[in-house]
Amino acid sequence: MSAALSLKDVRKNFGPTAIIRGLDLEIRQGERHAIIGPNGAGKSTMFHLISGRIGVTSGSIELKGHEITGLAPYEINRRGLSRSFQVTNIFPKLTVFENIRCGVLWSLGYKYSIWRFVDRLRDANSRAEEVLDLIGLSARRETPAGILTYAEQRALEIGITIAGGADVIMLDEPTAGMSNTETEQAVALIAKVSEGRTLVMVEHDMSVVFGLADRISVLVYGQIIATGAPAEIRANKAVREAYLGEEAH
Amino acid sequence: MSQSLRTFLGFVLFAAALAVAPLVFSSGLAITMMSLMGVMVIFALSYNMLLGQTGLLSFGHAVYYGLGGFCAAHAMNYIARNKFGVPLPAIPLVGAAAGLFFGAIFGVVSTRRAGTVFSMISLGIGELVAALAGIQRSFFGGEDGIATNRVKLAPFFGYKFGPQVQVYYLIAAWCLICVVLMYALTRTPFGRMCNAVRDNPERAEFVGYSTQRVRFQAFMLSAMFAGVAGALAAINFELMNSQAIGAGTSGQVLLMTFVGGIGHFFGPIIGAVLITFLQISLSDITKAWMLYFGLLFILVVMFAPGGIAGWLSLHTPLLRGGRILNLAPSYALAAIPLAAVVVGGIALVEMAHHMLVEAASDGSKMHLFKIAIDGASPVAWIVALALFFGGAFGLKLVWPRIDDAWGEAQATGEKA
Repeated sequence: MSAALSLKDVRKNFGPTAIIRGLDLEIRQGERHAIIGPNGAGKSTMFHLISGRIGVTSGSIELKGHEITGLAPYEINRRGLSRSFQVTNIFPKLTVFENIRCGVLWSLGYKYSIWRFVDRLRDANSRAEEVLDLIGLSARRETPAGILTYAEQRALEIGITIAGGADVIMLDEPTAGMSNTETEQAVALIAKVSEGRTLVMVEHDMSVVFGLADRISVLVYGQIIATGAPAEIRANKAVREAYLGEEAH
Repeated sequence: MSQSLRTFLGFVLFAAALAVAPLVFSSGLAITMMSLMGVMVIFALSYNMLLGQTGLLSFGHAVYYGLGGFCAAHAMNYIARNKFGVPLPAIPLVGAAAGLFFGAIFGVVSTRRAGTVFSMISLGIGELVAALAGIQRSFFGGEDGIATNRVKLAPFFGYKFGPQVQVYYLIAAWCLICVVLMYALTRTPFGRMCNAVRDNPERAEFVGYSTQRVRFQAFMLSAMFAGVAGALAAINFELMNSQAIGAGTSGQVLLMTFVGGIGHFFGPIIGAVLITFLQISLSDITKAWMLYFGLLFILVVMFAPGGIAGWLSLHTPLLRGGRILNLAPSYALAAIPLAAVVVGGIALVEMAHHMLVEAASDGSKMHLFKIAIDGASPVAWIVALALFFGGAFGLKLVWPRIDDAWGEAQATGEKA
């Protein structure tokens, strides 16, 4: 079975500055994989490269065995990879329900249709309702997304990401800025929505990482210095020095 | 009442209003004016497909209106010359095809990017086509434009569309069709993704949509409806000239749409009707009418960015339970300084216009609100300035009262 995602010697320079310096990584199908690393290590840049938001300088990225390097974000999304953002990235003027439905439409084949009414698309509407239910925002369905609370917006962000049914989900710091209770709820939500899918997650909160991840990769200064099960990573000396050690203090 | 039933009733009312309007306002001037309103309603709604729905600020929308109109005028002449059996009501389809065609050509170039880049390219294309209109005389007819004669086409169920009222009904029918179609478009998957691209283009790309394709499709469809409006204008005036294609017309449709309100589907309809009315009636009353449009636009942008439709929709929840009556005293109070601002403002504009433009030939004496005044006298200026600034100050004083009344009206609504 081919890997869900495979990065081979991926590099990214911004001008003379090398941000990603030869990244090799394999994400197995169906696993929950966390990417950790200090600030400025290039975690978000790596997400941007995989999802097509910015182009690689060199190297190749494969999604389920197919080359996706250089494709536009929408093309990558149509091949089954969906991502969330570190800074909440929703459709603020649309209602919560509309937000989710926008995430559903393409995957059900409605494309740019001008021949059907959205309100009559039973499959799209029931799928959107399911997702709303899953992320616990059914009661807020008619609220404009821009006026939701921060935690609700983060949940909506995850909802939009999973709505299209992509089998590889990438979440960029899904619990950043949340209170403890909110984080617990978010972790439960992530566990629920990632069932049966491949999850790649950037996260700073170590309790979230060690609670959720099957495997962890440590990114330091644009390179993966270790990949392994949580226990291995915890025991890895280089990782402790480079990153976890700082956290322990 | 369900949403779809309400929408349906809305359209039935709109159709009924279109049908009875010439019976209520039966003067020649009124029917001419309403014909033009119908054309402008289509034009403004087509513009809002870009601005309000997709978030694209175009400075060159008249290109598609004008080209639709020119193609329609040529088609009418060609059909009349060769005695083809095509009746007049089919001509707007020529405008639609022309709009779609040129929308596709120019859209490929301009919709690659949104924001400032799109606006600048639309401005460039507008200037380019307007300049071409001055050079390419065989198609655009130079300064005279292209004249046509709508009566020479094949009759449609016996109607030859000579009398203006028949043209009115032709425009009204097309207006109704276009309004229904453009509304329906907003309810399709494509229409929703236009809103998504407007709100957050980046995110739209990450749910599988090419924002460029969404913008391009919106642009083509919008140009198509603008082409219908242009063809109806050609039928209405029996003349198309390069003015229809220029920056002035592009600015006018932006003004109508924005003043009406870009956030609501019906906003541009209000804007088109109101601005057309003001344009025709104001130009009879004052020579400085363009200046008033400029002022109106600035005031709406500054104080009511949602336009008239936005302002109205703020009040609709208050209509239920009659809570709007609670606002009446403070609105009445505000009306006094507002009237002073308006009267003072008009006096300043008219006196300035008279002194700058007409005083050299006609002398400084003038009439304002049927009162004889001397534009050179400091007293007149002092009175006008006092009215204007006194009114503005008064408005500032009563504003907190309106704010309070608003808050109260809304609070009681939430309790209820």
